[in-house]
Amino acid sequence: MPRRTHIQTTLNGEEIDFLCEPRQSLLEVLRDELGLTGTKEGCNNGNCGACSVLMDGRVVNSCCVLGVEAEGSEVVTIEGVADGDTLHPLQQCFLEEAALQCGVCTPGFIVAAKALLDSEPDADEGRVRHWLAGNLCRCTGYDKIVRAVLKASEMEEVSA
Amino acid sequence: MTTTEKPDYKVIGTRPIRPDGVEKVTGKALYGADIHLPDLVQGAVLRSPHAHARILSIDTSAAEAMSGVLAVVTHKDLPVVADKVLDMGEGASTASDMSKNVLAADKALYRGHAVAGVAATNVHDALTALEAIKVEYEVLPPVLNVQDAMREDAPLLDESRHTKTPTGEESDNTSNVAAHNRFEGGDVEAAYAEADIVVEREFDTKMVHQGYIEPHNGTANWNSDGTLTVWTSTQGAFAVRGALAELLQLPVSRIRVIPMEIGGGFGGKIGVYLEPVAALLSRKCGRPVQLTMDRTDVFQATGPTSGGHMKGKLAVKDGKITAAEVSLAFEAGAFPGSPVMAGAMCMLSPYEVENFKVDAYDVVVNKPKVAAYRAPGAPNASFCVEQLIDELARETGVDPLQFRLDNSAHEGTRMITGVAHPRIGQEETVQAAQASDHYNSPIEGPNRGRGVAGGFWFNAGMQSSVVASVNPDGTVNLIEGSTDIGGTRASLAMQLAETLGIEYDSVRPTVVDTDSVGHNDVTGGSRTAYASGQAVYEAGLDIQQQMVARAAQLWECEAEDVEYADGALRHTSDSEKAMTFAELAGKQMETGGPLQGRGSVVARSPGAAFGVHVVDVEVDPDTGKVDILRYTIAQDVGTAVHPAYVEGQMQGGVVQGIGWALNEEYYYGEDGRMENASFLDYRMPTSLDLPMIDTIIVEVPNPGHPFGVRGVGEVPIVPPLAAIANAVHDATGHRFTELPISPRRVVEELHNLQ
Repeated sequence: MPRRTHIQTTLNGEEIDFLCEPRQSLLEVLRDELGLTGTKEGCNNGNCGACSVLMDGRVVNSCCVLGVEAEGSEVVTIEGVADGDTLHPLQQCFLEEAALQCGVCTPGFIVAAKALLDSEPDADEGRVRHWLAGNLCRCTGYDKIVRAVLKASEMEEVSA
Repeated sequence: MTTTEKPDYKVIGTRPIRPDGVEKVTGKALYGADIHLPDLVQGAVLRSPHAHARILSIDTSAAEAMSGVLAVVTHKDLPVVADKVLDMGEGASTASDMSKNVLAADKALYRGHAVAGVAATNVHDALTALEAIKVEYEVLPPVLNVQDAMREDAPLLDESRHTKTPTGEESDNTSNVAAHNRFEGGDVEAAYAEADIVVEREFDTKMVHQGYIEPHNGTANWNSDGTLTVWTSTQGAFAVRGALAELLQLPVSRIRVIPMEIGGGFGGKIGVYLEPVAALLSRKCGRPVQLTMDRTDVFQATGPTSGGHMKGKLAVKDGKITAAEVSLAFEAGAFPGSPVMAGAMCMLSPYEVENFKVDAYDVVVNKPKVAAYRAPGAPNASFCVEQLIDELARETGVDPLQFRLDNSAHEGTRMITGVAHPRIGQEETVQAAQASDHYNSPIEGPNRGRGVAGGFWFNAGMQSSVVASVNPDGTVNLIEGSTDIGGTRASLAMQLAETLGIEYDSVRPTVVDTDSVGHNDVTGGSRTAYASGQAVYEAGLDIQQQMVARAAQLWECEAEDVEYADGALRHTSDSEKAMTFAELAGKQMETGGPLQGRGSVVARSPGAAFGVHVVDVEVDPDTGKVDILRYTIAQDVGTAVHPAYVEGQMQGGVVQGIGWALNEEYYYGEDGRMENASFLDYRMPTSLDLPMIDTIIVEVPNPGHPFGVRGVGEVPIVPPLAAIANAVHDATGHRFTELPISPRRVVEELHNLQ
């Protein structure tokens, strides 16, 4: 077995550590070592965005980041988006606007959209479509996803 | 748009939040790849690097000896199975073909064909072990399209295959054509002779994939007592159970299939690929084994839908389509079973056509065995017919929607199968498109054009069963067996709430495993909201009836003196005697014990779906890029149970159709290698490629369903291919007869014109 490296990181606001092999992606670490299966694998080569997580506030495809690269960084996954049992406005809007069907791309979309609204709370439709172009959804045709993100952007909690 | 007066529904027609919604937006929902079992090990599958090869030998000894490797299996580990036909719900296959597809026997028939499976303590060891398996191949020339495969001197995938001819007999010669079927009616030659205009063209489409974001997965635990438990993301847990029973020669009762959440299917997650291999590996190593595909495997080794070659010839006289002669040849992939018959039966069904001759050829080629994909067969066939109709409308100078309305099928019109349409909404759907804001807005500017097309899909019925348990607090647990792939927990709970006259939130639906509910056919064929909805309705009536009897018992009266309405029981003549649903639910112990309703149906009147689409495009003549400027769908949905989810089905289907029309294709090298087996190179539409997709819900209730529900999910993918081709023609004056209408093709064909 390849030598495992000790990594310390902040995950969803909590300081944690884990061991991982150098060849393991952050996606694999999250899912298989840490049991956080909300982050999904769709392609494992950076083309679908299902594994989107935030690393120091930036959206990354966790399949294209090595687990060892998480050392010292702040990682937020879909499990860290809600505040306790209060859903994030994006999560609430996804439900209200029927923006998910099978739901497997949903965690990636919500994480990616959160990064957008965190930095650009007034994003318009064109900006939302451009920002989310790295996330594939095959069920919805994106219409209701875009509407959900625009609706969330109008909510106080986000724009405040 | 409601075309007939609708009953005053309380729950149906509202837009509540789905019961599984919070789990899915918080990442808690468990899909097939998300489960972790005690002692679970991982596996990997060795796949053929050749599109067509004889397997001379497989030596697994070196792999078996490797550290961390727990088991290796090949086709030899599968029992011999008969040529029995397995009806999987959408598409049938023989058990022996399925067995050979799961693990190749004497031949590898496509690149990616599974050859061996390995279980190891971790996935990396399993992948490394694959490299140690020695397979000796005799490489054979592949056939990669229907025209090549149909040539007399073509290499044969199966040297013993003869063609099943229209008379039901087998051809004398061996062939890659598995079946040839024909529909004939009237006299096409006489109609051509008398026609005002005849148009004739040939069309080609490429193999395309459903493109669900979740790769296939299968986890199996084989106990030493011969019981097998399987966790998988599937559209049909019972179909998987039935297939496993045949492939592994186990009694059905020994197999329990636990349906995990599913990350999209569109028809492609009905068959089994990994589940039997995981089961064999688990039997060998005595531990639960999990297999997952990567994206390349999904493209190369699951079931996309057919490409094919089509010839069509249509005639018009006095504004009416008088004849249609269409020949369809569809790729089945490595084993017979393309959706060519469905395409043949759908493409003319929106119209009245008296004289027709339709030939359908099912052709095997060295590509993955196709699976169902949303209205399987119909989009390709409509790509041919709806473009010819567009041409007829143009040549006769009639507006293309008016032309379709003038030729529309209605109640009593016979389809080419001879079956007469019941009450359908084809005319209303065309009229809705005609009345749309989109169709009445001008399309202006250079290189812009508008196209329309119609589409039909049968919709399926099949079997469903549910159980509903009434709780003492007046809530109800709905136990169902239909995979929820896009909101059916909600649409079924809504129909039960409507039947019982209680709140939507009072019904809690759960999708359970195959041990825990009666048989349910697949979530496919747009059947779930319709057929499982009917089962739910029957369960609701069962509860009503039992409650009436119990109220009569409490009130010491006859059951006919008790009325159930609006979630309450009332004595018909004594207004003092009344109880709410919840009040009676609280008196179960004193009225006979736990109250359960059952619903079990073979649904036989699905009510066909019709869609008419309007699309505006802009073509960049320099780059060849086609932009979708505006898109409107009108569709008869019978009754929209949850209008937002209905719209979502329409929008999602259209966008898959847009991808099929403009970008998506299996791009093959001459050696039979798919050269674009990634989401980077197999380019599906992104949010940036699209405008909002406008929907017009037409409601012509299905007389075969208590709430008038028709299937919704599939027909939206039927018209886009032709609608976009018609729009591109309107923009450029050039008719594209081959898909995809990609930048490369647009530039090539437009420049050849100049």
